[in-house]
Amino acid sequence: MSNLLDLLIAGLATGAIYAIVAVGFTLLWQTSQTINFAQGEFVMLPAFLMLGVLHVGAPFWVAILVGIALSMLLLGLGFKLLLVDPMLRHGVLPLAIATMALAIGIKESAKQFWSAEASPFPSIVPAGDVFILGRAVALQSLGVLAVAVIAVTLLTLLLNRTSIGHQMQAAAQNPTVARIIGVPVERMILLTFLINAFLVALASLLITPIYLAKFSNGEVLGQAAFIAAIVGGFNQIRGAIAGGLLIGVVDNLAAAYVSTQYRAAVPLVLLIAIILFRPQGLLGRPEERTV
Amino acid sequence: MNAKYLKLGFGVVVIAALIIVPMNFNRYGLFILSQWAVMTIAAMGLNLTLGYAGQVSLAQGAFVGIGAYTAAIMTSSGFPLIAALAVAIVLCFAIGWILGYPALRVQHHYLAFVTLAFSTLAFLVFRNEEWLTKGIYGISNIPRPEIFGYPTRRPLPFYYFCLGSLSLVSLAVWWLIRSPWGRAFVALRENPVRALSLGIDTRHYTLMAFAIGSALGGVAGVLYAPLTQYVDPVPFHLSLSLDLLMMVIVGGSGFFFGPFLGAMIAVLLPEWLRFTQGYYLMLYAVAVIGLLIYSPSGILGILDRFIAERRTKAASAKRATATAKLEVTP
Repeated sequence: MSNLLDLLIAGLATGAIYAIVAVGFTLLWQTSQTINFAQGEFVMLPAFLMLGVLHVGAPFWVAILVGIALSMLLLGLGFKLLLVDPMLRHGVLPLAIATMALAIGIKESAKQFWSAEASPFPSIVPAGDVFILGRAVALQSLGVLAVAVIAVTLLTLLLNRTSIGHQMQAAAQNPTVARIIGVPVERMILLTFLINAFLVALASLLITPIYLAKFSNGEVLGQAAFIAAIVGGFNQIRGAIAGGLLIGVVDNLAAAYVSTQYRAAVPLVLLIAIILFRPQGLLGRPEERTV
Repeated sequence: MNAKYLKLGFGVVVIAALIIVPMNFNRYGLFILSQWAVMTIAAMGLNLTLGYAGQVSLAQGAFVGIGAYTAAIMTSSGFPLIAALAVAIVLCFAIGWILGYPALRVQHHYLAFVTLAFSTLAFLVFRNEEWLTKGIYGISNIPRPEIFGYPTRRPLPFYYFCLGSLSLVSLAVWWLIRSPWGRAFVALRENPVRALSLGIDTRHYTLMAFAIGSALGGVAGVLYAPLTQYVDPVPFHLSLSLDLLMMVIVGGSGFFFGPFLGAMIAVLLPEWLRFTQGYYLMLYAVAVIGLLIYSPSGILGILDRFIAERRTKAASAKRATATAKLEVTP
């Protein structure tokens, strides 16, 4: 029983990271019909950018800020201007395939310019345990959870309580009408790309101390984020959050109770079941645009 | 008429070159060319599913794996390769058919994710079911077949065997896409609702598109096993499915010769670009993105557009002279 609790906490911590990545993924889909197959690589890359800055001798907090800024520039602005904008007129599928090519490109660049070996990455949360109700809980898990909860809460507040958030939602739901009532749709779309870039940089910062910085990290992370987004609901932020947490927990429980060899299979089976029986996701609403 | 002979002549030259030129290639060159033939078969299968029927699949690599393991397991225990081929085709056809069912319910990216999940599951089975696949150690010493009594143990005969298989598959696919079936596939891609209202059983054809495409993946796998003579899970990772998808897209999806060109670029180009060392895949990725931005229908799409433009120009020039004449005569 105590073991189960540990697994749940660890699962929620990784799940919270998946949730952040999945939220970015669904944001891109909602505002610009971009299915970003490179999302996992987007999470892998900022850690290397930060490592690069650390390598020059900068302190960790500078590296974090520069890493986030660079990733917003490259993975937000650059991604939108150089890949999504010219590809969007060709349709959803060619754009998705282009992002697959981008994933290969980013992965190979990290391998080529940094290293094929895994590099250690400093954690923003100190190592060690805290005692809650007489039980040892890893500080890292709690720290990750706390940062993820704050990030998601802030994002939800931004989307639901501010004028900019409302404009973004309008731009996503009906660009034509949004334009008529004076919403700068283009700027709002760009803003979602920047938010996505910020979220992946944050996720990178949180998960890399656990997984180490490795060029192939993106494969696992990307798949987890896709599954989270689909299981939760492609068109709902809260769906992506629930999906992320669920996948994190299921993944950890499967490793303990099913088999370590087939732990990766359990979320996939869940994914197939959801797509077959409830394609809109657990919390999503049926989509009119596609499917 | 002239253009037709030109095409025919070009085809004959290419086939003759594929037969004659490799005769004095070394072992490695022949291996690469054989690999090209095998990957072309797999990409042709995917081209049927994706290019003609318009169903996205990220599972073609898994079917190559299923075919390869079928061949490896069966020929190692003494069955002839032809028996393995039959089993692999039936197996991949059946699994492909089942995998097609989600395509009846969902489209596009959802389908991509279902097939992606299948691909990863297949990889896990290859790696973990050691009693069957020997897990990460792989199956080695896979024998090469005898064709009509000729052994193909040496690289050159085996290359001819691959080339021969490729020709047979090409003929079959050529016939298929010109048959009512192929037309039905295209109708399915262009407008499923209209296809349905024209009396095409879209359900049946969607499943068929998956099943036939997957079966061709299996055929490629059956050739892959004796080619490398060693089968382990690593080559059948999800990245093979992505590579095959890129081959189809780069060559030109929905064009008969697309997979030939795409597989050539994906298999041969790394060898020619050796001097770029590790930068090759980065260059490839950038080139693919650039190509997709310029022409989402691949290299043959550019060619097609070019020819179509020239034809319209020629036609409008003719029309101009014709109208000019008409205006003069009365």
